[in-house]
Amino acid sequence: MEKKATREAYGKALVEIGKDKRVVVLDADLSGSTKSAEFKKTYPDRFFNIGIAESNMVDIAAGMALSGLKPYASSFAVFITGRAFEPVRQSICYQNLHVVLCGSHSGISVGEDGGSHQSVADIALMRSLPNMKVVVPADYNEAFAVVSATMDMEGPVYIRTSRAKSPLITNKPSFEIGKAEVLKKGSDATLIACGMMSYIALEAAKLLKKDNINVEVINSPSVKPLDEDTIYNSAKKTQRVFTFEEHSIIGGLGSAVCEFLSENLPVYTIKTGLEDVFGESGTKDDLFCKFGFTKESFAKKIKDKLYG
Amino acid sequence: MDDFGKLEEISKGIRRDVLTMLNKAGSGHSGGSLSVTDILVALYFGGIMKYDPQRPDWEDRDRLVLSKGHACPALYAVLAEAGFFDKQLLWTLRQLGSPLQGHPDSKKLPGIEASTGSLGNGISQAVGMSLAAKVLHKRYNVFCIIGDGEMQEGLVYEALMAAAHYKLSNLTVIVDNNGLQIDGQCRDVMNIYPIKEKFEAFNFRTYEISGHSYKNLIDTLTTAKRNVVSPTAIIARTVKGMGVSFMSNRVEYHGVAPSDTELAKALEELR
Ligand SMILES: Cc1ncc(C[n+]2csc(CCOP(=O)(O)OP(=O)(O)O)c2C)c(N)n1
Ligand SMILES: [Mg+2]
Repeated sequence: MEKKATREAYGKALVEIGKDKRVVVLDADLSGSTKSAEFKKTYPDRFFNIGIAESNMVDIAAGMALSGLKPYASSFAVFITGRAFEPVRQSICYQNLHVVLCGSHSGISVGEDGGSHQSVADIALMRSLPNMKVVVPADYNEAFAVVSATMDMEGPVYIRTSRAKSPLITNKPSFEIGKAEVLKKGSDATLIACGMMSYIALEAAKLLKKDNINVEVINSPSVKPLDEDTIYNSAKKTQRVFTFEEHSIIGGLGSAVCEFLSENLPVYTIKTGLEDVFGESGTKDDLFCKFGFTKESFAKKIKDKLYG
Repeated sequence: MDDFGKLEEISKGIRRDVLTMLNKAGSGHSGGSLSVTDILVALYFGGIMKYDPQRPDWEDRDRLVLSKGHACPALYAVLAEAGFFDKQLLWTLRQLGSPLQGHPDSKKLPGIEASTGSLGNGISQAVGMSLAAKVLHKRYNVFCIIGDGEMQEGLVYEALMAAAHYKLSNLTVIVDNNGLQIDGQCRDVMNIYPIKEKFEAFNFRTYEISGHSYKNLIDTLTTAKRNVVSPTAIIARTVKGMGVSFMSNRVEYHGVAPSDTELAKALEELR
């Protein structure tokens, strides 16, 4: 299966949307890693390396948006949502500015750099801010469509990308904010995932099939706003929901799903993610094993919870 | 062999360890580890810092905060050489479960004074340690190494202001001035110069020296310790990738580990 990283799509899509002369791209000394350097190659005059100064970068982006430009600013997820949280809150969200923030190297799949560089709370931080939209694309194709779609969105958007390559599982030509996609139909339980976890959830569903357990798999890139209809309909059918994300179980996709279901359709919902811990150094695969982000571990958890 | 000659021998060994560790790990930061090596060797083996590897928590020890945390392979190799832990641990760098994390973790490894890696946070923690010494009437010194690219973070200037405001004469900030960051030369990415005048404007006593001359390093660090009126800044001119010809001054080696053939070549140069 072909593998590509979502961060690569960010760079490629920026070049496409760069045809619009209002698009400006900012980075903080990580343009090779976030892939915004792709844009720099094509449109050097509209690329701004602000240096290792994420807070400054986000406030500069705000000023540009206030002056009629369409800024796209990127850094590692941990820094753009952490170091720059205040500028994101006060300048971008409070003024409801159309600025697109891209946090690359999200989650633990960053690997060897370790816990200081692995964002485990970025979705929570961004999701908690009024006006902010939060998107976690499952693969390269979806990430490309997301970045393109932001051109027609309003207000702030946070896109979460990954360093590691992952298999291509979606192929929709366009992306609509607030929409999830049923990747596989089923009736025994509903699996809701985002990012790289959508692929692993699909694989877990295949394993479960062998045991005659037929689960529905939903890819939910739009963490905020959530596709409430799709989730409601599936949960109503299965009555049992499992969420998967490369993020803390506090404040991410799982929390969003729980917040919605508890008020609208209180069904049994189990979250899978990092259990309120930081990440650490290791290869991506070692870390995925340790923290239970494998198809075997997903499948076992589902089986145990459903029939254990 | 004179004392400086001995330090040069030690630094060669440290550089060999650093490159071997990085090669085994398959990832990590070569350039900035090699540029900071002589500064660390001067601090730990040049009679500057007071420490006891048997008692890493000794209250009166001098502290070193590596604010440019990505250069930790050099610090790990120095701490192992100083006897803080078994040298065999070096070969576990960046592996699952290793106390030698990709960026320094104070909870996991003795001798690491502060967890760093997110640039800008280390220097403020160093200010906190220096202030604590005043509160607790301790006489220890705090040394903090920052990158020149790191000087783009606004936090750095908040730290400098506080250090001067509280007259933290027990604090010495050393800039590893290798001229490079990730996306290119600091001068081109976001100009940080002039550096000396910035520190002087913040009321630091400021020196500009070669960060690879042990005579310069030890003389200046000794003077810094004697300063009782203000914090000191040492702008150490360094070469990123120092000691390895094909890595020297090459931005490509910022975050790349040497391959097997590169390691062999480098070790040959560092014999
Ligand atoms: C807050 C923050 N932003 C970005 C990074 C990613 N990063 C790691 S090293 C580096 C460049 C550092 O350059 P410099 O301070 O000059 O260090 P050196 O040249 O000594 O390696 C960057 C941007 C980081 N670690 N922390
Ligand atoms: Mg530098």
